[in-house]
Amino acid sequence: MLRFVSGRLIESLIVLLALSFIIYWLMGLMPGDPIDIMIASDPNLTAADAQRLKALYGLDQPIFERYLNWIGSALEGNFGYSRLHTRPVMEVVGARLPNTVLLLGLSLVLALAIAVPVGIYAALKPYSQLDYIINLTCFAGISVPPFWLALLLIILFAVTLGWLPAGGMGHVVAGSSGAFGARLEHLILPTATLTLLTVGGFTRFMRASMLQTLRQDFIRTARAKGVSLSRMVAAHALRNALLPLVTVVALSFGAMFSGALITETMFSWLGMGKMIYDSILGNDYNLALVGLMFATGLTLLGNFLADVAYVWLDPRITFVSLEQRR
Amino acid sequence: MTLVDTTGSTTGTVRGTRLSRRFLQHRLAVASAGIIVVLALLSLAAPAVEWLLGTSAATTNLFDRTAAPSWQHPLGTDEIGRDLLLRLLYGGRVSLAAGLVAAIASAVIGTFIGLLAGFYGGRLDALLMRFTDGVIALPLLPLLIVLAAIDLNKLGLPPSIAQSENVSLYRIILIIALVGWTTVARLVRVEALSMRSREFVLAAVAQGSGSARIMWVHILPNIVSPIIVATTLSIGNIVLFESVLSFLGLGIQPPLPSWGNMLTNAQEVIWSSPQLAIWPGLMIFITVIAFNFLGDGLQDAMDPRAID
Repeated sequence: MLRFVSGRLIESLIVLLALSFIIYWLMGLMPGDPIDIMIASDPNLTAADAQRLKALYGLDQPIFERYLNWIGSALEGNFGYSRLHTRPVMEVVGARLPNTVLLLGLSLVLALAIAVPVGIYAALKPYSQLDYIINLTCFAGISVPPFWLALLLIILFAVTLGWLPAGGMGHVVAGSSGAFGARLEHLILPTATLTLLTVGGFTRFMRASMLQTLRQDFIRTARAKGVSLSRMVAAHALRNALLPLVTVVALSFGAMFSGALITETMFSWLGMGKMIYDSILGNDYNLALVGLMFATGLTLLGNFLADVAYVWLDPRITFVSLEQRR
Repeated sequence: MTLVDTTGSTTGTVRGTRLSRRFLQHRLAVASAGIIVVLALLSLAAPAVEWLLGTSAATTNLFDRTAAPSWQHPLGTDEIGRDLLLRLLYGGRVSLAAGLVAAIASAVIGTFIGLLAGFYGGRLDALLMRFTDGVIALPLLPLLIVLAAIDLNKLGLPPSIAQSENVSLYRIILIIALVGWTTVARLVRVEALSMRSREFVLAAVAQGSGSARIMWVHILPNIVSPIIVATTLSIGNIVLFESVLSFLGLGIQPPLPSWGNMLTNAQEVIWSSPQLAIWPGLMIFITVIAFNFLGDGLQDAMDPRAID
């Protein structure tokens, strides 16, 4: 067990390191560079000054040297300054991270709270009218363009009804009276958007997993012994049907973060997703690098957790068989 | 020889009928196929609709902005007085073309990598699959945003390509194909692995067929159906990604209309004319859900073991 987990962890870290170089290289291909931006904002800089500045910041070196410099100082905890925020990168991330964790966590909990009971219900009455409607709704949730869903919610709840703000949590003054309530108001629409985007896939998976479990022999035995339907689901089938869902939830971290990026941008929710988008568009290289590394790390963490949970939760699977599968 | 041929074609037909029967049972998938065909035909007919309405998709009219539907403009006009219906039809051309071409390109790359990994196995397999795992671990949307923002001049492309009019369309197809091949690659690898030890492949090897010929003639035709299913299911996702990128201003660039970039403008006037945000999004939604239902139906028809 320990060998498998540590091996898998080391593998993930190696992949993260390799991907960090690819991300660094891609960022170098973005339009302009930090010196170009300095020149654009200060007309007194001459071409010779630009050359000296490039040498000073090491931008005249080959890409791999620059990458080693960056990763070296990053490992010492120095990620540089953010151009857009004029603050150290880690301070910006520290302010943004809790907002994303709140949005993602809340949406995940809500999505599961809906998907598990609905999926079970659909599996107990397969091919019924209601199962059909649930299936259609799930497909709708999977297929809706995220930003359009956000726009529709804004049109309905902000423009037409005027019940909720369309965005702009940045205007809420922290610590002022009613700040908590105002923040909560700003949280409702983004959470609803992200939940609706996620719940369809989870429900479909829960239904499929439950259907598969209900076809197994031990369920038939339980039914034959006269166990009631509700007890059979709660005591016999649920545990088995939930196992694969855990894996799927972990594997969907990356997709959920992509959804959060769009949701945060649409509602001006000041989280990591909006930070990444703004930093890429605003040529804020230091911040964008850290943001992209965070998103990559989150995806890798999800994959790692999925693998570990897969084995840890299901005693029928041994680590040896998993190694062979890979 | 004749006998073998007859049996071969008979089982082929039987399999074909069963396939189409199972597919036709999936009413939603059949309806979806119809919707996709209608959408494609309407998009292709955009010039004819232009002629019928006596206006063009690019004609602006600042005195007739955000107009209500009329005979002249069946769906009304947008924020600078262009006909909404015509813009939707031309946007459909771009969005559907981008989705289809990018999906096929992804499938080709994925099939190539999957075949190599599954057929040769060993070190090459391990290398290619670790590479695939790495690509899967990349955060898709943030990565697509970076790729879409890359300066093509820095890649050493000649300005004639880097600045041509349709470059945003080619670029989006290319970057989606670059990251979208992983599903097909893993699928094809598994199928190719299981095919490699089948008798007819071993017989071909024994007869001295080259590896390329075995992969192309013996293995590929037998694994076409999962590739088709995966590709169909991916089109919906690709249309979604294209629309998101175009909406964020990084995909298809105006004046070329796409459903995604039409919504960018609509968002700016959402407080005064929210109706503009409805149609383009609805078109994306219908297209994506139709491809998802179609893929689901094909999957049911082609894989009897699959549990829906």
